[in-house]
Amino acid sequence: MSEVRITGVGLHPFGRFGELTGTAMGVTAVRAALSEAGLAAGDVQAAFCGTAYGGVASGHRVLSALAGTGIPIYDVEAGCASGGAALQLGAASIASGQYDRVLVFGVEKMPKGIIRSSFFAPWQEAAGLSPAPAFFALRAQRLLADTGLTADHLAQVVVKNRRHGIANPDAMFRKAVTAEEVLASRMICPPLTLFMLCSPNEGAAAVVLERSRDGVHLAGISLRSHLPGSVLGEDSPLCGIDDTSIDPPTRLAARDAYAQAGLGPDDLDVVECQDTDAARELLAWAELGLCPDGGQADVLARGDAEVGGRLPVNPSGGLLSKGEPLGASALGQVVELVRQLRGTAGDRQVDGARVGLAHVIGRGANACVTVLTT
Amino acid sequence: MSPRPIDPSVLRVDDDGVTLLGGWSPSSGLRHFPASPVCPFTGADDIEPLDLPRSGTVWLHTTVTVAPPGYLGPVPYGLGIVELDGDPMLRVVSRLSGDGLARGAPVHLEGEELPGPDEEPSVTWVFRT
Repeated sequence: MSEVRITGVGLHPFGRFGELTGTAMGVTAVRAALSEAGLAAGDVQAAFCGTAYGGVASGHRVLSALAGTGIPIYDVEAGCASGGAALQLGAASIASGQYDRVLVFGVEKMPKGIIRSSFFAPWQEAAGLSPAPAFFALRAQRLLADTGLTADHLAQVVVKNRRHGIANPDAMFRKAVTAEEVLASRMICPPLTLFMLCSPNEGAAAVVLERSRDGVHLAGISLRSHLPGSVLGEDSPLCGIDDTSIDPPTRLAARDAYAQAGLGPDDLDVVECQDTDAARELLAWAELGLCPDGGQADVLARGDAEVGGRLPVNPSGGLLSKGEPLGASALGQVVELVRQLRGTAGDRQVDGARVGLAHVIGRGANACVTVLTT
Repeated sequence: MSPRPIDPSVLRVDDDGVTLLGGWSPSSGLRHFPASPVCPFTGADDIEPLDLPRSGTVWLHTTVTVAPPGYLGPVPYGLGIVELDGDPMLRVVSRLSGDGLARGAPVHLEGEELPGPDEEPSVTWVFRT
Protein backbone atom coordinates (compact mmCIF):
# COMPACT_ATOMS: atom_id res chain seq x y z
CA MET A 1 0.00 0.00 0.00
CA SER A 2 3.05 2.26 0.03
CA GLU A 3 1.93 4.31 -2.95
CA VAL A 4 -1.84 4.54 -2.45
CA ARG A 5 -2.78 8.05 -1.38
CA ILE A 6 -6.08 9.82 -0.82
CA THR A 7 -5.90 13.03 -2.83
CA GLY A 8 -9.47 14.23 -2.47
CA VAL A 9 -12.47 13.70 -0.22
CA GLY A 10 -16.08 14.83 -0.39
CA LEU A 11 -19.22 14.37 1.63
CA HIS A 12 -22.91 14.95 1.37
CA PRO A 13 -24.13 15.51 4.95
CA PHE A 14 -25.79 12.56 6.69
CA GLY A 15 -29.43 13.11 7.65
CA ARG A 16 -32.87 13.14 6.04
CA PHE A 17 -33.37 15.08 2.84
CA GLY A 18 -36.90 14.49 1.64
CA GLU A 19 -37.15 13.89 -2.10
CA LEU A 20 -33.43 14.33 -2.77
CA THR A 21 -32.19 11.14 -4.45
CA GLY A 22 -29.22 9.02 -3.48
CA THR A 23 -27.81 9.78 -6.91
CA ALA A 24 -27.95 13.53 -6.25
CA MET A 25 -26.20 13.07 -2.91
CA GLY A 26 -23.57 10.91 -4.59
CA VAL A 27 -22.99 13.58 -7.22
CA THR A 28 -22.39 16.18 -4.49
CA ALA A 29 -19.87 14.01 -2.68
CA VAL A 30 -18.05 12.87 -5.81
CA ARG A 31 -17.77 16.37 -7.27
CA ALA A 32 -16.29 17.64 -4.02
CA ALA A 33 -13.73 14.81 -3.92
CA LEU A 34 -12.76 15.25 -7.57
CA SER A 35 -12.46 19.00 -7.07
CA GLU A 36 -10.04 18.56 -4.17
CA ALA A 37 -7.96 16.19 -6.29
CA GLY A 38 -8.04 18.61 -9.22
CA LEU A 39 -9.68 16.01 -11.46
CA ALA A 40 -12.78 15.64 -13.62
CA ALA A 41 -14.93 12.51 -13.61
CA GLY A 42 -13.39 11.53 -16.95
CA ASP A 43 -9.90 11.47 -15.38
CA VAL A 44 -10.42 8.42 -13.14
CA GLN A 45 -9.80 4.94 -14.52
CA ALA A 46 -12.33 3.00 -12.44
CA ALA A 47 -15.04 3.63 -9.85
CA PHE A 48 -16.14 1.58 -6.87
CA CYS A 49 -19.50 2.39 -5.27
CA GLY A 50 -20.55 1.04 -1.88
CA THR A 51 -24.29 0.72 -1.30
CA ALA A 52 -26.60 -1.75 0.40
CA TYR A 53 -30.04 -0.42 -0.50
CA GLY A 54 -29.25 1.76 -3.54
CA GLY A 55 -30.52 -0.75 -6.09
CA VAL A 56 -29.26 -1.73 -9.51
CA ALA A 57 -26.40 0.32 -10.95
CA SER A 58 -26.24 2.93 -8.18
CA GLY A 59 -22.68 3.83 -9.06
CA HIS A 60 -23.47 4.08 -12.75
CA ARG A 61 -26.27 6.53 -12.04
CA VAL A 62 -23.89 8.87 -10.22
CA LEU A 63 -21.22 8.72 -12.93
CA SER A 64 -23.83 9.07 -15.68
CA ALA A 65 -24.91 12.32 -14.07
CA LEU A 66 -21.27 13.48 -14.24
CA ALA A 67 -20.59 12.30 -17.81
CA GLY A 68 -17.99 10.03 -16.26
CA THR A 69 -19.03 6.68 -17.70
CA GLY A 70 -17.02 4.50 -20.04
CA ILE A 71 -14.76 3.30 -17.23
CA PRO A 72 -15.41 0.14 -15.22
CA ILE A 73 -17.93 0.89 -12.43
CA TYR A 74 -18.34 -1.62 -9.63
CA ASP A 75 -21.19 -1.59 -7.12
CA VAL A 76 -20.09 -3.24 -3.88
CA GLU A 77 -22.39 -4.53 -1.15
CA ALA A 78 -21.08 -5.76 2.20
CA GLY A 79 -23.72 -4.54 4.67
CA CYS A 80 -22.47 -1.80 6.99
CA ALA A 81 -18.97 -2.40 5.58
CA SER A 82 -20.01 -1.72 1.96
CA GLY A 83 -17.99 1.49 1.67
CA GLY A 84 -14.99 -0.18 3.29
CA ALA A 85 -15.21 -3.06 0.85
CA ALA A 86 -15.32 -0.59 -2.05
CA LEU A 87 -12.28 1.22 -0.63
CA GLN A 88 -10.38 -2.04 -0.18
CA LEU A 89 -11.03 -3.01 -3.81
CA GLY A 90 -10.10 0.45 -5.05
CA ALA A 91 -6.87 0.46 -3.05
CA ALA A 92 -5.99 -3.04 -4.25
CA SER A 93 -6.55 -2.01 -7.87
CA ILE A 94 -3.88 0.67 -7.47
CA ALA A 95 -1.51 -1.40 -5.32
CA SER A 96 -1.62 -4.18 -7.92
CA GLY A 97 -0.59 -1.76 -10.66
CA GLN A 98 -3.88 -2.10 -12.54
CA TYR A 99 -4.82 1.58 -12.16
CA ASP A 100 -3.19 4.84 -11.10
CA ARG A 101 -6.29 6.84 -10.22
CA VAL A 102 -9.69 5.60 -9.03
CA LEU A 103 -12.83 6.96 -7.45
CA VAL A 104 -14.43 5.30 -4.42
CA PHE A 105 -17.77 6.50 -3.13
CA GLY A 106 -20.81 5.36 -1.18
CA VAL A 107 -24.44 6.38 -1.42
CA GLU A 108 -27.48 5.45 0.65
CA LYS A 109 -31.05 6.57 1.18
CA MET A 110 -32.77 4.48 3.83
CA PRO A 111 -36.22 4.46 5.43
CA LYS A 112 -36.73 5.24 9.12
CA GLY A 113 -37.00 2.57 11.79
CA ILE A 114 -35.80 -1.01 11.96
CA ILE A 115 -34.21 -1.88 8.64
CA ARG A 116 -35.94 -4.51 6.51
CA SER A 117 -33.32 -6.68 4.92
CA SER A 118 -33.52 -9.44 2.35
CA PHE A 119 -30.98 -11.12 4.62
CA PHE A 120 -33.63 -13.07 6.56
CA ALA A 121 -36.04 -15.74 5.34
CA PRO A 122 -39.70 -14.63 5.53
CA TRP A 123 -40.47 -17.27 8.19
CA GLN A 124 -37.71 -15.89 10.41
CA GLU A 125 -39.18 -12.39 10.18
CA ALA A 126 -42.67 -13.76 10.90
CA ALA A 127 -41.33 -15.61 13.97
CA GLY A 128 -39.86 -12.36 15.33
CA LEU A 129 -36.31 -13.68 15.02
CA SER A 130 -34.92 -10.91 12.79
CA PRO A 131 -34.82 -7.55 14.64
CA ALA A 132 -31.33 -6.10 14.44
CA PRO A 133 -31.66 -4.06 17.68
CA ALA A 134 -32.40 -7.27 19.59
CA PHE A 135 -29.20 -8.89 18.38
CA PHE A 136 -27.32 -5.69 19.25
CA ALA A 137 -28.93 -5.91 22.69
CA LEU A 138 -27.89 -9.52 23.21
CA ARG A 139 -24.29 -8.61 22.35
CA ALA A 140 -24.59 -5.74 24.80
CA GLN A 141 -25.97 -8.06 27.50
CA ARG A 142 -23.00 -10.34 27.04
CA LEU A 143 -20.54 -7.43 27.20
CA LEU A 144 -22.10 -6.21 30.44
CA ALA A 145 -22.16 -9.71 31.94
CA ASP A 146 -18.55 -10.47 30.93
CA THR A 147 -16.99 -7.16 31.96
CA GLY A 148 -19.09 -5.70 34.74
CA LEU A 149 -19.85 -2.67 32.58
CA THR A 150 -23.29 -1.19 33.16
CA ALA A 151 -25.96 0.74 31.29
CA ASP A 152 -24.34 3.89 32.71
CA HIS A 153 -21.21 3.12 30.70
CA LEU A 154 -23.31 2.67 27.55
CA ALA A 155 -24.88 6.06 28.24
CA GLN A 156 -21.44 7.66 28.61
CA VAL A 157 -20.55 6.56 25.07
CA VAL A 158 -23.66 8.27 23.73
CA VAL A 159 -22.91 11.43 25.73
CA LYS A 160 -19.36 11.50 24.34
CA ASN A 161 -20.33 10.99 20.71
CA ARG A 162 -23.25 13.39 20.80
CA ARG A 163 -20.99 16.02 22.37
CA HIS A 164 -18.48 15.49 19.56
CA GLY A 165 -21.28 15.73 17.00
CA ILE A 166 -22.10 19.29 18.01
CA ALA A 167 -18.95 20.41 16.20
CA ASN A 168 -19.72 18.46 13.02
CA PRO A 169 -21.87 20.42 10.53
CA ASP A 170 -22.39 17.22 8.51
CA ALA A 171 -24.00 15.29 11.41
CA MET A 172 -27.75 14.68 11.79
CA PHE A 173 -27.90 15.25 15.57
CA ARG A 174 -25.98 18.25 16.87
CA LYS A 175 -27.36 18.57 20.38
CA ALA A 176 -25.72 17.37 23.58
CA VAL A 177 -27.51 14.78 25.70
CA THR A 178 -27.01 13.84 29.34
CA ALA A 179 -26.56 10.32 30.64
CA GLU A 180 -29.88 10.70 32.42
CA GLU A 181 -31.61 11.58 29.14
CA VAL A 182 -30.00 8.61 27.40
CA LEU A 183 -31.12 6.20 30.10
CA ALA A 184 -34.61 7.71 30.25
CA SER A 185 -35.18 7.60 26.48
CA ARG A 186 -37.52 4.92 25.17
CA MET A 187 -36.41 1.36 25.95
CA ILE A 188 -36.06 -0.48 22.63
CA CYS A 189 -34.38 -3.76 23.62
CA PRO A 190 -32.85 -3.89 27.12
CA PRO A 191 -30.25 -2.67 27.86
CA LEU A 192 -30.43 -0.48 24.74
CA THR A 193 -32.54 2.66 24.80
CA LEU A 194 -33.46 4.73 21.75
CA PHE A 195 -30.56 7.15 22.25
CA MET A 196 -28.09 4.26 22.42
CA LEU A 197 -28.98 3.19 18.86
CA CYS A 198 -27.95 4.98 15.68
CA SER A 199 -30.50 5.98 13.06
CA PRO A 200 -30.39 4.59 9.56
CA ASN A 201 -30.53 7.63 7.26
CA GLU A 202 -29.23 9.17 4.04
CA GLY A 203 -25.95 10.51 2.77
CA ALA A 204 -22.94 10.06 0.53
CA ALA A 205 -19.16 10.16 0.80
CA ALA A 206 -16.37 9.95 -1.74
CA VAL A 207 -12.59 9.67 -1.94
CA VAL A 208 -10.11 9.81 -4.81
CA LEU A 209 -7.25 7.32 -4.60
CA GLU A 210 -4.07 7.85 -6.59
CA ARG A 211 -0.65 6.36 -6.95
CA SER A 212 1.06 9.46 -5.68
CA ARG A 213 3.54 10.94 -3.22
CA ASP A 214 1.01 13.56 -2.11
CA GLY A 215 -2.07 13.16 -0.01
CA VAL A 216 -3.00 11.06 2.99
CA HIS A 217 -1.38 7.64 2.92
CA LEU A 218 -3.68 4.61 2.88
CA ALA A 219 -1.26 2.58 4.96
CA GLY A 220 -3.41 -0.48 5.56
CA ILE A 221 -6.87 -1.77 4.81
CA SER A 222 -8.46 -5.15 5.41
CA LEU A 223 -11.95 -6.54 4.92
CA ARG A 224 -12.68 -9.76 6.80
CA SER A 225 -15.82 -11.82 7.31
CA HIS A 226 -16.75 -13.86 10.37
CA LEU A 227 -15.31 -17.21 11.29
CA PRO A 228 -18.04 -19.79 11.91
CA GLY A 229 -19.28 -20.53 15.40
CA SER A 230 -20.50 -17.52 17.35
CA VAL A 231 -24.25 -17.18 17.77
CA LEU A 232 -23.65 -13.47 18.44
CA GLY A 233 -21.84 -12.84 15.14
CA GLU A 234 -23.15 -10.04 12.93
CA ASP A 235 -24.14 -12.77 10.47
CA SER A 236 -27.05 -13.42 12.90
CA PRO A 237 -27.07 -17.22 12.78
CA LEU A 238 -29.73 -19.23 14.62
CA CYS A 239 -27.19 -21.33 16.51
CA GLY A 240 -23.65 -21.29 17.77
CA ILE A 241 -21.07 -23.17 19.80
CA ASP A 242 -18.61 -22.10 22.50
CA ASP A 243 -17.01 -19.03 20.90
CA THR A 244 -14.47 -18.07 23.55
CA SER A 245 -11.54 -18.89 21.24
CA ILE A 246 -13.09 -17.63 18.00
CA ASP A 247 -11.74 -14.24 16.90
CA PRO A 248 -14.46 -11.83 15.72
CA PRO A 249 -13.97 -10.29 12.26
CA THR A 250 -12.92 -6.92 13.69
CA ARG A 251 -9.91 -8.55 15.38
CA LEU A 252 -9.02 -10.33 12.13
CA ALA A 253 -9.26 -7.15 10.05
CA ALA A 254 -7.40 -5.06 12.63
CA ARG A 255 -4.55 -7.55 12.78
CA ASP A 256 -4.20 -7.42 8.97
CA ALA A 257 -4.43 -3.64 8.73
CA TYR A 258 -1.93 -3.02 11.54
CA ALA A 259 0.50 -5.47 9.91
CA GLN A 260 0.20 -3.81 6.51
CA ALA A 261 0.80 -0.40 8.06
CA GLY A 262 3.61 -1.63 10.31
CA LEU A 263 1.78 0.08 13.17
CA GLY A 264 -0.17 -0.91 16.24
CA PRO A 265 -2.84 0.49 18.52
CA ASP A 266 -0.25 2.49 20.49
CA ASP A 267 0.61 4.46 17.34
CA LEU A 268 -2.91 5.76 16.77
CA ASP A 269 -3.87 9.40 17.29
CA VAL A 270 -7.54 9.27 16.31
CA VAL A 271 -10.15 6.54 15.69
CA GLU A 272 -13.53 6.41 13.98
CA CYS A 273 -15.29 3.16 14.91
CA GLN A 274 -18.64 1.48 14.39
CA ASP A 275 -21.12 2.70 16.99
CA THR A 276 -24.34 1.30 15.57
CA ASP A 277 -25.16 1.03 19.24
CA ALA A 278 -23.24 2.16 22.28
CA ALA A 279 -22.12 -1.34 23.21
CA ARG A 280 -20.77 -1.91 19.69
CA GLU A 281 -18.30 0.94 20.24
CA LEU A 282 -17.13 -0.49 23.56
CA LEU A 283 -16.67 -3.92 21.94
CA ALA A 284 -14.69 -2.30 19.13
CA TRP A 285 -12.30 -0.66 21.58
CA ALA A 286 -11.22 -4.07 22.83
CA GLU A 287 -11.35 -5.79 19.43
CA LEU A 288 -9.17 -3.06 17.89
CA GLY A 289 -6.68 -3.34 20.76
CA LEU A 290 -7.37 0.18 22.05
CA CYS A 291 -7.87 -1.25 25.54
CA PRO A 292 -7.78 -4.67 27.18
CA ASP A 293 -10.97 -6.74 27.36
CA GLY A 294 -12.90 -5.23 30.23
CA GLY A 295 -10.76 -2.09 30.23
CA GLN A 296 -13.50 0.12 28.78
CA ALA A 297 -14.64 1.48 32.13
CA ASP A 298 -11.15 2.83 32.81
CA VAL A 299 -11.02 4.49 29.38
CA LEU A 300 -14.35 6.16 30.05
CA ALA A 301 -13.35 7.23 33.56
CA ARG A 302 -10.16 8.85 32.29
CA GLY A 303 -11.87 10.54 29.35
CA ASP A 304 -9.29 9.01 27.02
CA ALA A 305 -11.73 8.70 24.12
CA GLU A 306 -12.85 12.33 24.24
CA VAL A 307 -11.51 14.96 21.86
CA GLY A 308 -8.67 16.30 24.01
CA GLY A 309 -8.10 12.87 25.58
CA ARG A 310 -5.30 10.38 24.97
CA LEU A 311 -6.94 8.68 21.96
CA PRO A 312 -10.14 10.37 20.76
CA VAL A 313 -12.72 7.96 19.32
CA ASN A 314 -15.41 9.18 16.96
CA PRO A 315 -14.56 12.89 16.94
CA SER A 316 -17.07 13.21 14.07
CA GLY A 317 -19.79 12.30 16.56
CA GLY A 318 -19.91 8.75 15.24
CA LEU A 319 -22.96 7.09 13.80
CA LEU A 320 -24.82 7.98 16.99
CA SER A 321 -24.63 11.65 15.90
CA LYS A 322 -24.38 11.30 12.13
CA GLY A 323 -26.79 8.42 11.56
CA GLU A 324 -25.83 5.49 9.40
CA PRO A 325 -26.29 5.55 5.62
CA LEU A 326 -24.83 2.05 5.17
CA GLY A 327 -22.94 2.44 1.89
CA ALA A 328 -21.58 5.85 2.87
CA SER A 329 -20.78 5.36 6.53
CA ALA A 330 -17.34 3.75 6.18
CA LEU A 331 -16.21 6.36 3.67
CA GLY A 332 -17.66 9.08 5.89
CA GLN A 333 -15.23 7.89 8.58
CA VAL A 334 -12.37 8.07 6.08
CA VAL A 335 -13.37 11.59 5.06
CA GLU A 336 -13.32 12.58 8.73
CA LEU A 337 -9.90 11.04 9.30
CA VAL A 338 -8.43 12.68 6.20
CA ARG A 339 -9.62 16.05 7.51
CA GLN A 340 -8.19 15.23 10.94
CA LEU A 341 -4.83 14.26 9.44
CA ARG A 342 -4.79 17.38 7.30
CA GLY A 343 -5.57 19.45 10.38
CA THR A 344 -8.74 20.89 8.85
CA ALA A 345 -11.35 19.36 11.18
CA GLY A 346 -12.31 22.68 12.75
CA ASP A 347 -13.68 22.71 16.28
CA ARG A 348 -13.35 18.94 16.60
CA GLN A 349 -9.69 18.83 15.48
CA VAL A 350 -7.52 16.30 17.30
CA ASP A 351 -4.28 18.16 17.88
CA GLY A 352 -1.33 16.79 15.98
CA ALA A 353 -3.19 13.80 14.50
CA ARG A 354 -0.86 11.85 12.22
CA VAL A 355 -2.23 8.27 12.36
CA GLY A 356 -5.93 7.41 12.15
CA LEU A 357 -7.96 4.21 12.13
CA ALA A 358 -11.44 3.65 10.71
CA HIS A 359 -13.57 0.62 11.55
CA VAL A 360 -16.92 -0.71 10.40
CA ILE A 361 -18.71 -4.00 11.05
CA GLY A 362 -22.14 -5.14 10.02
CA ARG A 363 -24.59 -7.46 8.35
CA GLY A 364 -23.03 -10.57 6.96
CA ALA A 365 -20.39 -9.99 9.62
CA ASN A 366 -18.06 -8.08 7.35
CA ALA A 367 -15.54 -5.95 9.20
CA CYS A 368 -13.28 -3.40 7.54
CA VAL A 369 -10.35 -1.70 9.26
CA THR A 370 -8.43 1.10 7.55
CA VAL A 371 -5.23 2.75 8.79
CA LEU A 372 -4.34 6.20 7.43
CA THR A 373 -1.13 8.18 7.99
CA THR A 374 0.03 11.63 7.01
CA MET B 1 -53.06 -25.43 18.12
CA SER B 2 -52.62 -25.30 14.37
CA PRO B 3 -50.43 -28.18 13.27
CA ARG B 4 -48.69 -26.08 10.64
CA PRO B 5 -45.07 -25.25 11.56
CA ILE B 6 -43.85 -21.79 10.61
CA ASP B 7 -41.20 -23.57 8.54
CA PRO B 8 -41.26 -27.37 8.17
CA SER B 9 -37.49 -27.57 7.79
CA VAL B 10 -36.98 -25.94 11.19
CA LEU B 11 -39.51 -27.56 13.48
CA ARG B 12 -42.03 -30.40 13.60
CA VAL B 13 -45.45 -30.17 15.25
CA ASP B 14 -47.15 -33.40 16.30
CA ASP B 15 -48.80 -35.06 19.29
CA ASP B 16 -45.59 -34.59 21.29
CA GLY B 17 -45.75 -30.83 20.75
CA VAL B 18 -42.98 -29.03 18.89
CA THR B 19 -39.56 -30.46 18.12
CA LEU B 20 -36.59 -28.47 16.85
CA LEU B 21 -35.04 -30.21 13.84
CA GLY B 22 -31.28 -30.15 14.26
CA GLY B 23 -28.40 -31.98 12.72
CA TRP B 24 -25.36 -33.81 14.04
CA SER B 25 -22.03 -34.49 12.40
CA PRO B 26 -20.30 -37.58 13.86
CA SER B 27 -16.93 -36.54 12.44
CA SER B 28 -17.00 -33.08 13.99
CA GLY B 29 -18.95 -34.18 17.04
CA LEU B 30 -21.06 -31.02 16.84
CA ARG B 31 -24.81 -30.41 16.81
CA HIS B 32 -26.40 -27.57 14.86
CA PHE B 33 -29.78 -25.96 14.19
CA PRO B 34 -31.66 -25.94 11.89
CA ALA B 35 -30.47 -29.07 10.12
CA SER B 36 -28.17 -28.29 7.22
CA PRO B 37 -26.51 -30.53 4.59
CA VAL B 38 -23.16 -29.27 5.88
CA CYS B 39 -22.02 -28.66 9.47
CA PRO B 40 -22.07 -24.85 9.75
CA PHE B 41 -19.06 -24.94 12.09
CA THR B 42 -16.67 -27.31 10.31
CA GLY B 43 -17.94 -27.91 6.79
CA ALA B 44 -18.26 -31.65 7.45
CA ASP B 45 -20.99 -33.28 5.37
CA ASP B 46 -21.65 -36.47 7.35
CA ILE B 47 -24.87 -35.01 8.73
CA GLU B 48 -27.47 -37.05 10.55
CA PRO B 49 -30.85 -35.60 11.54
CA LEU B 50 -31.20 -34.93 15.26
CA ASP B 51 -34.27 -33.99 17.30
CA LEU B 52 -32.87 -31.39 19.69
CA PRO B 53 -33.44 -31.47 23.47
CA ARG B 54 -36.57 -29.72 24.71
CA SER B 55 -34.82 -28.18 27.69
CA GLY B 56 -31.92 -25.90 28.37
CA THR B 57 -30.86 -22.77 30.24
CA VAL B 58 -31.00 -19.09 29.37
CA TRP B 59 -27.64 -17.59 28.34
CA LEU B 60 -28.72 -14.11 27.23
CA HIS B 61 -32.09 -12.44 26.96
CA THR B 62 -33.71 -9.17 25.94
CA THR B 63 -37.17 -7.88 25.11
CA VAL B 64 -38.36 -6.73 21.70
CA THR B 65 -40.65 -3.73 22.19
CA VAL B 66 -41.09 -2.61 18.56
CA ALA B 67 -42.51 -5.02 15.97
CA PRO B 68 -39.79 -5.69 13.38
CA PRO B 69 -40.61 -5.70 9.63
CA GLY B 70 -42.47 -8.83 8.54
CA TYR B 71 -43.64 -9.67 12.08
CA LEU B 72 -47.38 -9.62 12.80
CA GLY B 73 -47.41 -11.11 16.30
CA PRO B 74 -47.75 -9.31 19.64
CA VAL B 75 -45.14 -7.03 21.23
CA PRO B 76 -43.39 -6.95 23.57
CA TYR B 77 -41.89 -10.41 23.43
CA GLY B 78 -38.80 -12.02 24.87
CA LEU B 79 -35.87 -12.94 22.66
CA GLY B 80 -32.65 -14.56 23.66
CA ILE B 81 -30.20 -17.39 23.44
CA VAL B 82 -30.67 -20.76 25.10
CA GLU B 83 -27.95 -23.29 25.81
CA LEU B 84 -29.61 -26.62 25.09
CA ASP B 85 -29.08 -29.55 27.40
CA GLY B 86 -26.49 -32.12 26.31
CA ASP B 87 -22.95 -31.95 25.02
CA PRO B 88 -21.17 -30.37 23.32
CA MET B 89 -22.56 -26.89 23.81
CA LEU B 90 -25.21 -25.74 21.36
CA ARG B 91 -26.72 -22.27 21.67
CA VAL B 92 -29.92 -21.44 19.81
CA VAL B 93 -31.74 -18.16 19.20
CA SER B 94 -35.27 -18.34 20.53
CA ARG B 95 -38.32 -16.45 21.66
CA LEU B 96 -38.42 -16.54 25.46
CA SER B 97 -41.35 -16.36 27.83
CA GLY B 98 -42.28 -16.73 31.47
CA ASP B 99 -41.31 -15.26 34.82
CA GLY B 100 -37.79 -15.15 36.17
CA LEU B 101 -35.89 -14.93 32.89
CA ALA B 102 -32.24 -14.63 33.91
CA ARG B 103 -28.88 -16.08 32.97
CA GLY B 104 -28.87 -19.75 33.93
CA ALA B 105 -32.65 -20.03 34.36
CA PRO B 106 -33.94 -23.44 33.24
CA VAL B 107 -36.36 -23.28 30.31
CA HIS B 108 -38.39 -25.79 28.32
CA LEU B 109 -39.61 -25.86 24.74
CA GLU B 110 -43.20 -25.08 23.80
CA GLY B 111 -45.12 -24.16 20.67
CA GLU B 112 -46.47 -20.67 20.10
CA GLU B 113 -49.04 -19.71 17.50
CA LEU B 114 -48.20 -16.67 15.36
CA PRO B 115 -49.18 -15.35 11.95
CA GLY B 116 -46.87 -16.95 9.38
CA PRO B 117 -45.27 -15.18 6.41
CA ASP B 118 -48.60 -15.63 4.55
CA GLU B 119 -50.44 -14.11 7.58
CA GLU B 120 -52.18 -17.47 8.26
CA PRO B 121 -51.76 -19.12 11.69
CA SER B 122 -48.60 -21.10 12.16
CA VAL B 123 -46.59 -22.55 15.02
CA THR B 124 -43.15 -21.39 16.05
CA TRP B 125 -41.10 -22.26 19.11
CA VAL B 126 -40.57 -20.55 22.44
CA PHE B 127 -38.52 -21.49 25.48
CA ARG B 128 -40.45 -20.85 28.68
CA THR B 129 -39.30 -20.74 32.29
